[in-house]
Amino acid sequence: MRGLICGPKLAACGIVLSMWGVIMLGMLGIFFTTHSAVLIEDVPLKDEDLTPDPNPPQRIYELYNKVGYNCFIAAAIYILFGAFSCCQMKLNKQKEYLVH
Amino acid sequence: MLARPRSRGVSEATVKMCSLLRGEEMCLAQLFLQSGSAYDCISELGELGLVEFRDLNPNVNSFQRKHVNEIKKCEEMERILGYLLREIKKADISLPDRDVNPVTPLPKHVITIMEQLQRLEVELGEVTRNKEKLQKNLLELTEYTHMLRITRSFVQRSAEREHLEAQYEEFPFLEKDAMMDYSSMQRLGAKLGFISGLIQRVKIEAFERMLWRVCKGYTILSYAEVEEYLEDPDTGEPMQSVVFLISYWGDQIGQKVKKICDCYHCHLYPYPSSNEERNDVVEGLRTRIQDLHTVLHRTEDYLKQVLIKASESVYTWVIQVKKMKAIYYILNQCSFDVTNKCLIAEVWCPVNDIPTLRRALEEGSRKSGATVPSFVNRLPTTDTPPTLIRTNKFTSGFQNIVDAYGVGTYREVNPAPFTIITFPFLFAVMFGDLGHGAIMFLSAAWMVLYENNRKLKNTRNEIWNTFFEGRYIILMMGLFSIYTGLIYNDCFSKSLNIFGSGWSVRAMFENNVWDSVISGNGVLTLDPNITGVFKGPYPLGIDPIWNLASNRLTFLNSYKMKMSVILGIIHMSFGVVLSTFNHLHFRKKYNLYLVFLPELLFMLCLFGYLVFMILYKWLFFTVKDSRHAPSILIQFINMFLMQSDTMQPLYPGQAGLQVFLLVIALLSVPVLLLGKPVYLYWLQNGSHRLGMYRGYERVRRNSEEELYLMRAHDMEEGSSLSDFSTSGEHNTEEFNFADEFLHQAIHTIEYCLGCVSNTASYLRLWALSLAHAQLSEVLWAMVMRIGLRMDTSLGVLFLVPVFGLFAVLTVSILLVMEGLSAFLHALRLHWVEFQNKFYSGTGVKFCPFSFSLLPSSFEHDGLL
Repeated sequence: MRGLICGPKLAACGIVLSMWGVIMLGMLGIFFTTHSAVLIEDVPLKDEDLTPDPNPPQRIYELYNKVGYNCFIAAAIYILFGAFSCCQMKLNKQKEYLVH
Repeated sequence: MLARPRSRGVSEATVKMCSLLRGEEMCLAQLFLQSGSAYDCISELGELGLVEFRDLNPNVNSFQRKHVNEIKKCEEMERILGYLLREIKKADISLPDRDVNPVTPLPKHVITIMEQLQRLEVELGEVTRNKEKLQKNLLELTEYTHMLRITRSFVQRSAEREHLEAQYEEFPFLEKDAMMDYSSMQRLGAKLGFISGLIQRVKIEAFERMLWRVCKGYTILSYAEVEEYLEDPDTGEPMQSVVFLISYWGDQIGQKVKKICDCYHCHLYPYPSSNEERNDVVEGLRTRIQDLHTVLHRTEDYLKQVLIKASESVYTWVIQVKKMKAIYYILNQCSFDVTNKCLIAEVWCPVNDIPTLRRALEEGSRKSGATVPSFVNRLPTTDTPPTLIRTNKFTSGFQNIVDAYGVGTYREVNPAPFTIITFPFLFAVMFGDLGHGAIMFLSAAWMVLYENNRKLKNTRNEIWNTFFEGRYIILMMGLFSIYTGLIYNDCFSKSLNIFGSGWSVRAMFENNVWDSVISGNGVLTLDPNITGVFKGPYPLGIDPIWNLASNRLTFLNSYKMKMSVILGIIHMSFGVVLSTFNHLHFRKKYNLYLVFLPELLFMLCLFGYLVFMILYKWLFFTVKDSRHAPSILIQFINMFLMQSDTMQPLYPGQAGLQVFLLVIALLSVPVLLLGKPVYLYWLQNGSHRLGMYRGYERVRRNSEEELYLMRAHDMEEGSSLSDFSTSGEHNTEEFNFADEFLHQAIHTIEYCLGCVSNTASYLRLWALSLAHAQLSEVLWAMVMRIGLRMDTSLGVLFLVPVFGLFAVLTVSILLVMEGLSAFLHALRLHWVEFQNKFYSGTGVKFCPFSFSLLPSSFEHDGLL
């Protein structure tokens, strides 16, 4: 069977992981782009960003947005990974019906 | 005949609802089965799974029982079935759908099944043996072919060499001979012999050396390896072989060589003397090998056909034989009555099921065509019946975890219906994370939605089976964890700000306090005493701003410890209250006043008061009083030491109330210790007449008549007899008093000390929830933060594997390990701290005779 790389259990794990990844990274992206204060530790702040600035929040907001977009891109990669796992699962199901 | 309709009406009128709170009422019944219809009646009962049979012949050896021959026949059939199943499994044939439920075969049909099975066994045995012989033959012929091919290359090789070097004129005939074969060397006068064959690769060097040592140069050995792996005809394993050709001079040498070949387990084949002979043999071999291949193919096909045909009915046979064997096993447990025409069986039966039992017996009698019906008779007994609690697929998981500690005593209160809620709740208090709870809930929901999938139900993996059996427990645990995650405001160690925080930084700036606070202390940030900073409590749960505070743990620890103590005391008091159900049901009302009341007062006056103090301090002390708020622990200790003047009181009148509560608690201890034994002693000795009759009542199976006669006799006799019997009673009562007093003393000490230690034991709710929160935070900080903080352009690709690692570690450490840990601790809290207030758990579980519950040895071996 062309293209069959993973077994059924690995494909199922892949589907579960990518579903979780899409949802969680998507929500994280939303929370970062809405500048949630709880996530301040996860933003790559350097000391010079905290010095007084004509527009103090803007630089920090930009950093927040950058991390948020990173999360969205990672979520998109997980969508691709999920599609790949679904394909593998379908191929596995076909193989189960053929060889009998 | 007139009695039957009335009794049926009476029994239906007294049918009670079976509930999860208490086990069902059971009775001992005698079944009178006619010999002809015994088999069918027991078959009916096995299908229904109503009753548990008692062994009436416990002293009889299993070889001396009545139906031992039939059981032997069943086991013989099981042996053949096992052989069939193994062959079917070897041939990789899948068994058809397993949802059939064939009826028990009648004894007369057993012979047909037996014959079919024996025939199949013989046929299979023959075909398998033939196949093996053919395969062995094939292997030998293959080896012979290889040997001929390779020795031909010996001859040709040496022939080519001779051909190239054939310049010597002295030996012209040798040159000619070399082209032909070696047997013409006979002209030299030496009798040249050849031995050829195959030997295992690993033995060839030793073989060569042995030949040299023994034959000292009178032999020439040439050998070459066979390229492909051949199967050994004897063992069937692939091995590497070497083809050898030994040429020797002389008969004795020949015999020695043959003996050496035997030692080394060589496969010898005749060496052809001429090229034509060789070619003929090769041709012959090729045809024979082709024929063998065809025959083997046909044999394998035939074998597969036989197995496929057998596999269609093998499962039915397995079930039929299992049912038959079970019925004969039960028949062995019955005994004959005096007329030897009727079988008597003693069964434990739920009282509500007696009408069903009667109907089953009627059905069995009808099926066997008996003229005299079999019937049921209730027996009075003083044995304790087994405990039956009816459960469905949801409650069975919780009942199992209660039964794992101890099956309830007959008609005792069952903690399972309360466990359905308290167990997931206590688990969730220790697990408390919204994200983890959601994942647990979703995985349990998947198991529940696919619970009818046959592949999931019938896997052999023990660990998977354990999780699958508990899928409803995990579902509840996940659901409750989502709730406590919302309360603790913890989702993968981050807080959710749903309603808007109640703390405001802006107010600190507006009141111009910020700079003085910052310069004075490096840690303090927000002072709730300043107006506007603390706007009011968060509507549901912990305020999300605490996630950013460095004194988060100080705040949460105090909250969680107090919460654990409150939950613990409520749980334990509930356990004590449940004991009233037992006291009332077993009609020991004195227990209510002499045991339950002192226990409850002791617990509530001391620890209930502690809960009151905690709640009072939470409700009536505000931020302004926080500097001089009294510590509850110190207050509690001072209550016991009766020192109330050193500290500021929590509320007015505290000193007097505390003394009052302490006195009540201290007074309840001697009531608990002495009340019940003294009362029972007074009961025994207060009325002599009653004491005497109680002795007679202890005799088993007395009749009403006898008791009446005894009473009449005693009234005539007067007091002399009563004195005699009461002195005997007196001795036994003294013994009972000491026993009762000791028992009650142990109970009192256990209870009072247990109150303190069990309350402290509930602090594990705080400890585990702290551990879980910290582990979750560490995992986020050490794994996820690294991925999020990457600000290189490739950082986004780094986030993908980092999240995968985070997911794997979350599931393995936080869900599985912490989940099992919290499960275990919640279970311990139930088994020890909750259940030792009211549950004795010394009963026996009711195991009905049911075909569906019987284990099958084939399933155990993995054959089915």
